[in-house]
Amino acid sequence: MSVSTDAGRQATAAPTAPYAIELKGISKAFGPVQANKDISIQVAKGSIHGIIGENGAGKSTLMSILYGFYKADRGEIVINGRVTAIPDSQSAIRAGIGMVFQHFKLVQNFTVLENVILGAEEGQMLAGSLAKARRVLRELAEEYELEVDPDALIEDLSVGHQQRVEILKALYRQADILILDEPTGVLTPAEADHLFRILRGLKEQGKTIILITHKLREIMEITDTVSVMRRGEMTATVKTAETSPEQLAELMVGRKVLLHVAKGPANPGATVLDVENLRVKDDQGVERLKGISLKVRAGEILGIAGVAGNGQSELLAVLGGMQAGTGHIRIKGDEIDLTGKHSNGQTRRARGIAHVPEDRQHLGLIMDFTAWENVAFGYHHAPEYQKNRLFMDNDALRADTERKMATFDVRPPIPTLAAKSFSGGNQQKIVVAREIERNPDLLLVGQPTRGVDIGAIEFIHKQIVALRDAGKAILLVSVELDEIMSLSDRIAVMFDGRIMGERDPRSTNERELGLMMAGVTDGGAA
Amino acid sequence: MDYATLLQLLDTTLRFATPLLLACLAGLYSERAGVFDIGLEGKMLMAAMSSGAVAALTGSVWLGLLAAIGGSLLFALVHGVASITFRGNQLISGVALNFIASGITVLVAQSLFGQGGRTPPLTGGARSNPVILPFAEPMRDVPVIGPLYYEVISGHSPLVYLALLMVPVTWWVLYRTRFGLRLRAVGENPAAVDTAGVSVRGLRFAAVMITGVLCGVAGAYMATALQAGFGREMTAGRGYIALAALIFAKWRPWAALYACLLFGFFQALALRPDVVEGVVGVKVPVPALDALPYVLTVLVLAGFVGKAIPPRAGGEPYVKER
Repeated sequence: MSVSTDAGRQATAAPTAPYAIELKGISKAFGPVQANKDISIQVAKGSIHGIIGENGAGKSTLMSILYGFYKADRGEIVINGRVTAIPDSQSAIRAGIGMVFQHFKLVQNFTVLENVILGAEEGQMLAGSLAKARRVLRELAEEYELEVDPDALIEDLSVGHQQRVEILKALYRQADILILDEPTGVLTPAEADHLFRILRGLKEQGKTIILITHKLREIMEITDTVSVMRRGEMTATVKTAETSPEQLAELMVGRKVLLHVAKGPANPGATVLDVENLRVKDDQGVERLKGISLKVRAGEILGIAGVAGNGQSELLAVLGGMQAGTGHIRIKGDEIDLTGKHSNGQTRRARGIAHVPEDRQHLGLIMDFTAWENVAFGYHHAPEYQKNRLFMDNDALRADTERKMATFDVRPPIPTLAAKSFSGGNQQKIVVAREIERNPDLLLVGQPTRGVDIGAIEFIHKQIVALRDAGKAILLVSVELDEIMSLSDRIAVMFDGRIMGERDPRSTNERELGLMMAGVTDGGAA
Repeated sequence: MDYATLLQLLDTTLRFATPLLLACLAGLYSERAGVFDIGLEGKMLMAAMSSGAVAALTGSVWLGLLAAIGGSLLFALVHGVASITFRGNQLISGVALNFIASGITVLVAQSLFGQGGRTPPLTGGARSNPVILPFAEPMRDVPVIGPLYYEVISGHSPLVYLALLMVPVTWWVLYRTRFGLRLRAVGENPAAVDTAGVSVRGLRFAAVMITGVLCGVAGAYMATALQAGFGREMTAGRGYIALAALIFAKWRPWAALYACLLFGFFQALALRPDVVEGVVGVKVPVPALDALPYVLTVLVLAGFVGKAIPPRAGGEPYVKER
C-alpha cells in the first residue's frame, strides 16, 4: 500500500510541480502607486531566471513579496507545486527561499560563523550550533568555491567575501531557491566572474536562482530565461538564447534605446586640468590619495575606473574644493588652493569647475527642497537670480528651472516639486542640468548614472559627450566599467589611492582593466 | 592609612558600587539591543519609592522588592512602547520618564505617608539585612585574609551578591546563548535579525524588560539596604553615573563591574576626607571629593578614556526598508 501511495503522490506531483516558483496574478499597491500589477511568472527548477527592469519598475517589490517582507494584495505564490502563504521572512526561509540583498544584512562585528547561525541556531546554547555551522561551511566551501574564513569578522572581509557569507547563510538554511538583488554592483569584474561560477555550480546542484539586475550583459551571460518589468507590469518573459540586449532594452524602456554611446573621435586641445603629486589624508590620518598625477585637456573625457573606495571619492572631493590635500592642481595653468583655507565649492565654481557629485542625494541635492531651490544651489549668487542687492528673484529662478527642465527632459517638469518626488534618473538630470548649463571649463562627474534608468542614462551620456564636443574638459569617475569604456577618450585606473596606469579604450578590454582595478600590474606596463 | 581603614573604605565601595552595577548592567541589556536608555535614573527612583512604600506598609522587604521591580517595569514598558512600538526618540522618552519619576515618587509618598515625600524609616524585616557568609566568624582571626573576608566580602545585603552574580550571568547570556547572540545582533544591525526571520520588536522588548527588572533591584537596594527608606531624589544621579560607567566599560559586563567599583570607590572616598588628607597630604575640600565621580564621568563622556564605540544601531528605531 505504502508503495502505491508513494507512486501515486509522485504521479500527481510530477505534472503540477515542474516549476520551483510560480507567481499567479500578484498585485500590490502602495497607496495610489500600483507597484505590481497582475504579475505571473514561472521559474523552472534548476534554472537561472533573470528579472530586469528600470528603477521603480517593481522588481524589488515583487521579490520582497516572495521573501515575506510585503503581503500581496492579490495573487498566489506556488512553491514546488504547492500554494504557499509567505506572511514573513521565517515562512520564506521555511519554504526554502534564500535572499541575498543588495545591501548585505550582516552584523559587522560578528564572525562569519555567528552571522551564519543567527536566526537558525539549534537550541538555546550557541556552542553546538557554531560547531555544526563550522562543519557545514567547510562542506559548502568545497562544493561551491565558497571559501571564507569562518572566524573572520565581517568588517575585515572584502565586499566579495561578504557576499559569499550572504550566500552561505542562505545555503545553511537549506535554501533551494536563491534570490540575488543586484549582486554585482559592488564587485570587481574578477569577483563577478567568481560569483557567476558559484551560481553555475549551484544550478548544477539543482538550485533555482533568480537574479535581479539592470545589467543586460549579466542577463545575457548567465540566465536561462529572463522576465522584463516595466512600470509594475511584467512585459515579457523570454528565453535568453532567443533574445538580444537591444530587444531587452527596448522592452524595459518601451522604446528603442541606443546602448552604445554615439560619439566621434575626441579633438583634444590645451590642458585644462593638471594634477601633480596630489596627496590626501583622511580624518584618521590614513593616506587616501598617494601621489596622483593626471592631465585632462579641453575636448576630452578622462575616465577614472576602479572599485569603489580606492580614492576616487577623495579625488573628486579635493578637486571640488570639499577636502584639503597637498600637491598641485592647476586650472589652465593657474595654481588653485589645496589647503582648504581659501577655497570651497564656491571658489572652485568661480574658476570654471562644475561638479556633479557621486552621491546626489546627500551632496547633489537637498531632497526636501524644491527643484528650483536645488537649481539655485551653488549659483545663488548669479546676477540673473538677483532682484536687487537684498532679495533674490525667485520668479526668474523658477522660469530658469522650467527652461532647464525642458532642455533636459526632466519629468514631471514642475519646478515647485520637492527633489525627493522625482525618480532617481530625473533627480540626476536636475543636477546635471544645473552644472552643465553653466558652461564650465571642467566638469567633474561622479557616478553619473548610479541608480538611473536606461532611458535617462542614454540622455545623460549624450549631454556629457555634447559638452566634450563643445571643447570642455571632463573628468568622469565611475565604478561601471561599461560606462567608462563607452564614454572615455582615455581611461586611468585607480587602485589604493594610486593611478595604476592609463589605457586607450579602443585598445584595452575589460579583462585588462579588471586586473588593474584589482591592483595587478604586469611588469612595467603600469 | 591603616589596614582597618582600607577595609572600611573597600566595604563602603562595594555597597556604593552595587546600585551602580545593577543599573549599569540594566543599561547594558537595553543598549546592546539598540535601545538607548537615559531613563535608568527614573526607573531606579520609581523602584526605590515603590519598595520603600510597600516595605513600610507590609513590613516585608521581599514584597518591597517585588513592588520595586513592578514599578520599574511599568516605566520600562512605557519606554518600550514609546521607542520600539511607536519609534519615538529614545532620548526624549528617557528624559521624560526621569521627570515623571521625579515628580510622581514624591507625590505618591506624600499622599501615602504625609512625611514630606519620604517613606517612614524602615526597620527589621522591612529592611534588606546583611547576611553573614559561611566561615566568616571562624575566619575572622586569620591574618590579612580573615578581616578582608569578614569586613568587606561578608555581611552585605543579599542584593549585593545578586548584583555581583549578575556579572558572569550577563557575560554568559550575551556570549554563550542564542538569546545573547540575537540581542547583540539586534543592536548592531536589526535588518540582519529581521531578514533571518527573528522579531526585532520582540528582542528589543525583552531587553528593555530585563533593564526594568535590574533597575527595580537597584532601586530596592537603595531604599531598603543602602538606606532605610525612600527620600526624594535619593538616587542622586546614580542612573547617569551608571550610563557613564557603561560607556567606560564599552558595553562589556566584566568591564562594567570594574568601572562601577571605581566609581563606587570615589563615592566612598567622598565620605572620608580625613583618609584622603592622610594619603595626599593636603586638605581636599569635601565638595571636591563629592564631585570626583562626576568629573570622571565628564572625562569619560568627553572620550578621554579610550574610544568607546556604541552598538551601531543604538538610538535608531527600526524601520523595515524595501
